[in-house]
Amino acid sequence: MRQLLLFITIILVGITFIARLFYLQVYNSEEHSLYDDNAIRKVYDYPKRGFVYDRNGKLLVSNQPSYDVMVIPREVKPLDTLEFCSLLKIDIEQFKKIYKRAYHYSPRLPSVFVPQLSKEDYAALQEKMRKYEGFYIQKRSLRDYQTSIGANVLGYIAEATPYQIENDPYYNMGDLIGKQGIELSYEEELRGVKGIKFIQKDRFNKNIGPYKDGVFDTLPKQGRDITISIDAGLQKYGERLMQMKHGGIVAIEPSSGEILALISAPTYDPNLLVGRQRSRNFTKLYNDTINRPLVDRGLLRMHEPGSPFKVFVSLVALQENAITPQTSIYCTGAYHYGGRKPMGCHCGGGNRDLVLGIAKSCNSYFADAFRKSINMYPDASNSMDIWSNHIKSFGFGDFLGYDLAIGKKGNIPNGAYYDKWYPDFRWGATTILSNSIGQGEVLVTPIQLANATAAIANKGFYYTPHIIKQIDGEPIDEKYTTKHQTTIDQKHFDPIIQGLHDVYNNGTAWFLKVPDIEICGKTGTSENFTIIDGKRTQLTDHSIFIAFAPKDDPQIALAVFVENGYYGARWAGRIASLMIEKYLKGEVTLKQMEKMVLEKSLEEEYLKPYSGKPFTINR
Amino acid sequence: MYRETNRHFKFDWITIIIFLLLVGFGWLNILSASHVGETVDYFNFTQPYGKQLIFIFLTIALIILILSIESKFYERFSSVIFIISMLSMVGLFAFGKSVNGATAWYGIGGMTIQPSEFAKAATALAVSKYLSDLHTDLRHFKDQIKAFIIITIPALLILLQNDTGSAVVYASFFFVFYREGLPKIYLTIGLLLILISVGSLKLGDITTGVIVTIIILVYHFTRRKKPAILKTVFAILACLILSFGVEFLYDNILQAHQKDRISLWLRLESDPGKIAELRRDILYNLYESEKAISSGGLTGKGFLQGTRTTGKFVPEQHTDYIFSTVGEEWGFAGTSFVVILFVLLLLRILHLAELQKSQFSRVFGYSVASILFFHFMINIGMVMGLIPTIGIPLPFFSYGGSGLWGFTILLFIFIKLDSNRINEW
Repeated sequence: MRQLLLFITIILVGITFIARLFYLQVYNSEEHSLYDDNAIRKVYDYPKRGFVYDRNGKLLVSNQPSYDVMVIPREVKPLDTLEFCSLLKIDIEQFKKIYKRAYHYSPRLPSVFVPQLSKEDYAALQEKMRKYEGFYIQKRSLRDYQTSIGANVLGYIAEATPYQIENDPYYNMGDLIGKQGIELSYEEELRGVKGIKFIQKDRFNKNIGPYKDGVFDTLPKQGRDITISIDAGLQKYGERLMQMKHGGIVAIEPSSGEILALISAPTYDPNLLVGRQRSRNFTKLYNDTINRPLVDRGLLRMHEPGSPFKVFVSLVALQENAITPQTSIYCTGAYHYGGRKPMGCHCGGGNRDLVLGIAKSCNSYFADAFRKSINMYPDASNSMDIWSNHIKSFGFGDFLGYDLAIGKKGNIPNGAYYDKWYPDFRWGATTILSNSIGQGEVLVTPIQLANATAAIANKGFYYTPHIIKQIDGEPIDEKYTTKHQTTIDQKHFDPIIQGLHDVYNNGTAWFLKVPDIEICGKTGTSENFTIIDGKRTQLTDHSIFIAFAPKDDPQIALAVFVENGYYGARWAGRIASLMIEKYLKGEVTLKQMEKMVLEKSLEEEYLKPYSGKPFTINR
Repeated sequence: MYRETNRHFKFDWITIIIFLLLVGFGWLNILSASHVGETVDYFNFTQPYGKQLIFIFLTIALIILILSIESKFYERFSSVIFIISMLSMVGLFAFGKSVNGATAWYGIGGMTIQPSEFAKAATALAVSKYLSDLHTDLRHFKDQIKAFIIITIPALLILLQNDTGSAVVYASFFFVFYREGLPKIYLTIGLLLILISVGSLKLGDITTGVIVTIIILVYHFTRRKKPAILKTVFAILACLILSFGVEFLYDNILQAHQKDRISLWLRLESDPGKIAELRRDILYNLYESEKAISSGGLTGKGFLQGTRTTGKFVPEQHTDYIFSTVGEEWGFAGTSFVVILFVLLLLRILHLAELQKSQFSRVFGYSVASILFFHFMINIGMVMGLIPTIGIPLPFFSYGGSGLWGFTILLFIFIKLDSNRINEW
């Protein structure tokens, strides 16, 4: 028996070793990847980010080199902090703070120490860089804006967040990524693919040479240039018109769905978000809660659409045979229904058919048309579903699917919406009559309204609005070239367009005519409430306008919202005329109108709710 | 008989072939772990792999020398060899050279020689000589003491050189003594000691004390012939004192780095921050070697393709940590091949030892197997993180002339003795 002790021990140890090796190398082993191998240093070569051109080939966004000071904390040797800080233009406290943060992230991996040095700082630093072990300069490419317009469309790039780095293996600490606008939507096309060099290092983290003579290295793939549908001239003009006002303008080419201008006011200069002042500027913009320059009002602001919505109400009524173009009513200056407080009307009173109703924006006429179309079916809830589906076929009530990452759904109520609201009450057309004139529960965004206007210009169809025109000459996504048919027959659009045209002839916008251009448009004024000290308070109405032109060959359709601008023709209508003239003629002849719009500021209006004093409205 | 007619075939060729495989494969891995740059200059004698090539050629000369000496010489001169070997170690205190805090080398010309590597063979000869003496009987306490003294002399001398790892190897002679008649009680005591020391550190002294008491009581009452109750009580008391004393010894006798190694091995530390710090600072080698091994996967990254080996991430990789190169570049296929080669070699030696007619040859064979086994177990166990870090080389594999020659002498003296077993009596 004594012979067996060593014999058995040897076999047991052998089995234990093989089991342990199996666990380490087969069961628990991860696929070997050069990327995860920390014996290999990965050096990235960042490609040129794609340029951005406007629809006429004007260069909007290019690149400029930028230099980040990087640090690998483990390799840092004692240094002359005072001199280093003065070169970097930071103080000792900041130095300590940044260093601590970098060390906390990883002692072994590079972190950004000071981002985006200017060329001058870089030149001064470069000569002395050798003295600071553990620090080095990483060249990157930053955006260089050739223009000061379109910040909301162009967006910006910034360092990828830890969350993004974790979820997309492409990005590393310090990499730049599109955060807003087209930089975000077309990130993959614009950024290209960075190249990589694998370098074998030793355990002291020193480079010993290219790994396997560089056979695995890749060259960077340049980003692709894109052309956007924006007309830089029109965009710039629109931004000028909107200065000192809050609101949005969305202009679309009806025949293609291309967005010609997407203006949000107040806006900011995109150059503010480049360079070392970036984060300071960003915080400033972010904290401006009165002006909210970072909010794209053309895409995000939901309004009650007001009178322009009457057009869609009448289209539904025509389609459902609730009215004909000849149906007429006599307006007494108010619409009486069911013993309630009557709905007021400012049209002046008299006999109204459809065309005149639109031209004069007669509330009574559309309240009647809406009531008739809801009463077409015995069940109000069912009628409302049908009505709601017609309206939604214009792109209201849901995200449109355009190629910018932000948006709002708006709201188009259906039967279930009111069933929930009035569980114990038999609601009917008169309960929800405000919707007929674009107040009540209907909410739309400017881009939805512009798109629906384009659908009217096209007599019944639209293309999903989009900002992309070309990527390196390739055709764009099919999604943007597919026709969306509305549920309204083409023939019903003729009287409507006639009515919209008459708005300029004998209607609410008679004083906004543009010489030699036949415009169709519709004014809108929507009531505006806010809450001050817990009390619902009315503010000056929003000024709204939709238009397209020329009447017979529409090339531009637009929606204009001017917050607190009072009645529709006052600001929004004027701006619409000026924009149309600018786009179709290339120059503006309505100098008087232009001067007035450019000079008038509404800032006083916007400050009223914050003044803490009583104020008057709609003056 | 066939073996008698041709003297070349008297040698056990299985053992020799395994030896050659280990040395050859070992050299490939030393080459991988120590070469610099993309191209390999096989005869660059300034690099470890070039030097090792010289050592291997000299080894062949050494083998021829060992095999050509008459078998009887080893038995007859074992005492002399032992004394010379011990003196060579004593001489280190006067003429030795320090490397990494251990004064274990003689510097001769450009070369260094480590006498402790040869002392293993000398001690094995001395032990074999003493145990094969007709008057020696390990059942007697006096003879046990004498045998114990033979292995304690080299172990102490090596401890004084500050080379704990090599000293631990002399514990392997326990297997030899046990085979040659050391009473079972020592085996029991040995196992209990391991149980108590590991148990007290890991589970606490009270729990361990209770467990050990229960074991002894169960033993006491299940024996057909009841041992004296006094003996049992004494045993329990001793164990209890020991289990309460282990912590004191651990805290006061061991050096800080040894404590850290044990603490990490037994996972005594519960604070994750402290564990991470231990791993990073103290057991950097182990951490890197484990990583290198597991990065190899099933088939490895290929010869000269290991990124962690090329980047020299594992310090001492061509010496004590050579097995991690095998792991990274040859994968599970390579590592299990090496483990199986060692197991086969050890079992072969044991088998041959049992066949010996002379007790001297048998004891020597047993000593060879025990020493090689200890190195194999401690080295590979350490590189994989199964046992605390103890720096000793992997036989025939690790870089180093003294080590290679020391193991070669051990193995080939036994092959020579074995070849002669027909002529015994």
